[in-house]
Amino acid sequence: MSNSETHPQVSYLEYQGKYKGILGWITSTDHKRIALLYLYCIIIFFFVAAFLGLTMSIEKMRPGQDFMNAQTYNGFFTVHGIIMIFMIVIPGLAAVFGNFALPLLIGARDVAFPRLNLFSWYLYVTGAILAVLSQLLKGGAPDTGWTFYVPYSAGSSTNVIWALTAAFVLGFSSILTGLNFIVTIHRMRAPGMTWFKMPLFPWALYATAWIQVLATPIVGITLLMVIAERVLHIGFFDPALGGDPVLFQHLFWIYSHPAVYIMILPAMGVITEIFPTFSQKPVFGYGAIAISSLAIAFVGYFVWGHHMFTSGISYWSKWFFSFLTFIVAVPSAIKVFNWISTMYGGSIQMRPPLLYAISFVFLFMIGGFTGLFLGALATNVQLHDTTFVVAHFHYIIFGGMGFAFFAGLHYWYPKMFGRMYSDRWAYIAWGFTFVGFNLLYFPQFIIGIQGMPRRYFDYLPQFQWGHFLSGIGAFILVTGLILMAWNLIYHKKRGAIAPANPWKGVTLEWQIASPPPVENFDEIPVIKHNPYWFGTEEEIRREKKS
Amino acid sequence: MFEGASNLAAGVDRTFILILAIAVFFIVGITTFMIWTLFKYSRKKNIPARQFTGSVTLEIIWTVIPLILVMVIFFYGWKGYAPMRKVPADAMKVTAIGRMWQWSFDYGNGKLSKILVLPINKAVRMDLHSVDVNHGFFIPAFRVKEDVIPGYKNYLWFIPKYKGDYDIFCTSYCGLQHSGMNTKARVVENSVFVHWLDSLPVTGNIPDPEGLVLIKNSGCIACHSLDGAKLVGPSFQGVYGKKHIVVTDGKEVEKVVDDAYIATSIIDPGKDVVKGFNKGLMQSYRDKLTDAQIVQITDYLKTLSGK
Ligand code: HEC
Ligand code: HEM
Ligand SMILES: [Cu+2]
Ligand SMILES: [Cu+2]
Repeated sequence: MSNSETHPQVSYLEYQGKYKGILGWITSTDHKRIALLYLYCIIIFFFVAAFLGLTMSIEKMRPGQDFMNAQTYNGFFTVHGIIMIFMIVIPGLAAVFGNFALPLLIGARDVAFPRLNLFSWYLYVTGAILAVLSQLLKGGAPDTGWTFYVPYSAGSSTNVIWALTAAFVLGFSSILTGLNFIVTIHRMRAPGMTWFKMPLFPWALYATAWIQVLATPIVGITLLMVIAERVLHIGFFDPALGGDPVLFQHLFWIYSHPAVYIMILPAMGVITEIFPTFSQKPVFGYGAIAISSLAIAFVGYFVWGHHMFTSGISYWSKWFFSFLTFIVAVPSAIKVFNWISTMYGGSIQMRPPLLYAISFVFLFMIGGFTGLFLGALATNVQLHDTTFVVAHFHYIIFGGMGFAFFAGLHYWYPKMFGRMYSDRWAYIAWGFTFVGFNLLYFPQFIIGIQGMPRRYFDYLPQFQWGHFLSGIGAFILVTGLILMAWNLIYHKKRGAIAPANPWKGVTLEWQIASPPPVENFDEIPVIKHNPYWFGTEEEIRREKKS
Repeated sequence: MFEGASNLAAGVDRTFILILAIAVFFIVGITTFMIWTLFKYSRKKNIPARQFTGSVTLEIIWTVIPLILVMVIFFYGWKGYAPMRKVPADAMKVTAIGRMWQWSFDYGNGKLSKILVLPINKAVRMDLHSVDVNHGFFIPAFRVKEDVIPGYKNYLWFIPKYKGDYDIFCTSYCGLQHSGMNTKARVVENSVFVHWLDSLPVTGNIPDPEGLVLIKNSGCIACHSLDGAKLVGPSFQGVYGKKHIVVTDGKEVEKVVDDAYIATSIIDPGKDVVKGFNKGLMQSYRDKLTDAQIVQITDYLKTLSGK
């Protein structure tokens, strides 16, 4: 079966270019190797930031100061947020699975600009190093929150400039990756693959890439303005210098709301690949899913004001932003209906990727529906800046994007490394992760409704039960994450050899060897069917009988 | 929860219940459906998968129904919110002043209070004023919240309906003691309120001494407390005239805090570093404060040591 037996082409993991060992990796322009470089960085940073989250949760299990002081706590949630947002979820799925799977899915040998791709990774690493330095240098960890709200961020004596520069550099990495993917998708699809014969993960990446290219420069210039304000005392935002603090909030969210879609669209794309494979059935409503990605990307530009309902913006702009926020909820709902209908009538095999995908739908629904509470003006007043928001975005980003990442990792792992992990341990790790996650964040909804503000080092005793449960949940969650990482790392060298197509997928990446050869395809395939074509019902029945 | 502690609560809570009902219905329904398909269409049953690819009718249904539902939610949210912006003309006025990290309430005529005392069943308009960074004024029981932003004239209003004490929080992150920036709203009978306001001493129109104004405006109080609390730097309380160990050029020496020492600390903070604190946290104020201003600050610090 496997191609590697019939063809001598060496796999991308074994390939020996000009350099050996690690140099061979960090100078490689192979999209698959770059994907793994991102993956390793992201795993390391994820555990650092998760550890910060865990210590915050433990500190809060009792009111008052236990083992860290308020300044440390403020530094922790800021750096936790910066790492998680700018270094993990914004590049996350696009940089890892986009790089790995996009060329494979569209039948290309690489992305359009392989060197630019490697350069993006170097920018990413530079930004990441700056962010880590902001933690360690004298002056102290930045304490502004990942949102850098002015005037506080203009005055704080901590290493805010380092953190701002880090976010700025990371932004460039994101822009270049987006640019690369747009050109790749336009120019490099296999012969016969029209736009509407393209798999849906590339569609999601395409929508994402446009946001990356168009929205990221806005936050870039905004961060530069804060730096100019701190260094040159130009009054853009600080009222003491004649600036306008709310202007900063506008500029920041004009990027950072679309950035939420930079995170979630590729996640939806991964999920859309997984459901048809494990149901052995074409995705339900291909057109609706493809178009809803673009719709989300487009309408997503015009809803940033929902982060600012209490900041004193005008009455009718609140009306308008709330209205559009509800409109943008609809395409996400459409996707959920299409996913569950894809399973209906299928031949469903329960394996770890599918389990993660289903958990994604469940957690994403909770995140999405709690977003409606925040989008409605009346309830927003009560819930804004409380732990309800913390729970909401963890459900969306961690429950949604995080679980989609885990799903994608378990899905493409055999293709990436040519080995299988243990299903049993994958289920056990899932159990811990899922239970821990809900125990950690669900109580935050309830105490948030009761008025517990976010970014609080300390709190009044009536909120303790919620924080206490959260602390226990955080322990269970981190245990699950460690088990998951162990399962994947341990079996990378020792797992059973993976067949070329362990899940019986029909998209192109499953038609080549695991791990793929350096050049991906011996011969570029010619596309005749839609991407989720398992044959006619008649053919499938006949195959079953024989 | 606090049912109807203010006139605005009902509009918020109604929207809340509406969304909650819709959310629970869909989350439970869809999750049940997913789990059901897992069993019904399990591969173990060895039934070949159907190969249909979509249905326009279904797509339309599940576009239109969510669209209608979210529009209903939007409408309720707006209806509940609109009254929050319509302040009655006869509302009593109180200004809430946010500063790092304390609230104070200005009842006019120089009467300032640290807690918010209000007469029951009377509309009150709170004008929100910040002297430094962004804060957020939040009384959960009354369902009111609005950011307190320097240079902005934000406001909110409500009618308290029940007597009692209610928590007030700061919701917009404002630095070190953000989580300590809370106080109480106390709702009392009108007669009790009138009496309380009469006996409130007039303090507000005594201007702060110039030195204190400078200390606040230059942001020193972010690191130096006036009440003895240790923040990033040593407290200003009792600092003048104090004898303590400082590290100068790497050596520990004993110095007395006098006028010259304070001037050096402000202009060249790295020169004498108080033992137990880190060098480099405090930046030099050489270009920001004039000599005359440093003298004013020093004079004010003297008063904190009773000199
Ligand atoms: C970023 C925090 C920060 C700010 C803002 C700051 N300081 Fe300091 N300050 C410190 C630290 C830390 C020390 C102790 C280390 C040292 O001596 O350099 C200190 C020391 C001092 C001392 C010496 C105290 C002693 O006990 O010997 C004086 C006086 C002082 N600061 C005045 C000021 C004044 C006046 C301002 C505002 C114009 C100010 N500081 C602003 C952090 C700060
Ligand atoms: C181990 C898992 C995690 C734990 C235990 C955790 C815990 C926490 C805690 C305790 C806070 C502070 C809340 C507050 O003080 O109000 C927080 C904030 C935050 N978390 Fe997490 N978290 C985890 C994972 C994630 C992930 C995966 C993401 C996103 C990708 C994320 C993004 C954020 C952001 C953006 C903030 C807000 C920071 C700010 O307010 O500036 N977290 N988290
Ligand atoms: Cu948003
Ligand atoms: Cu605050």
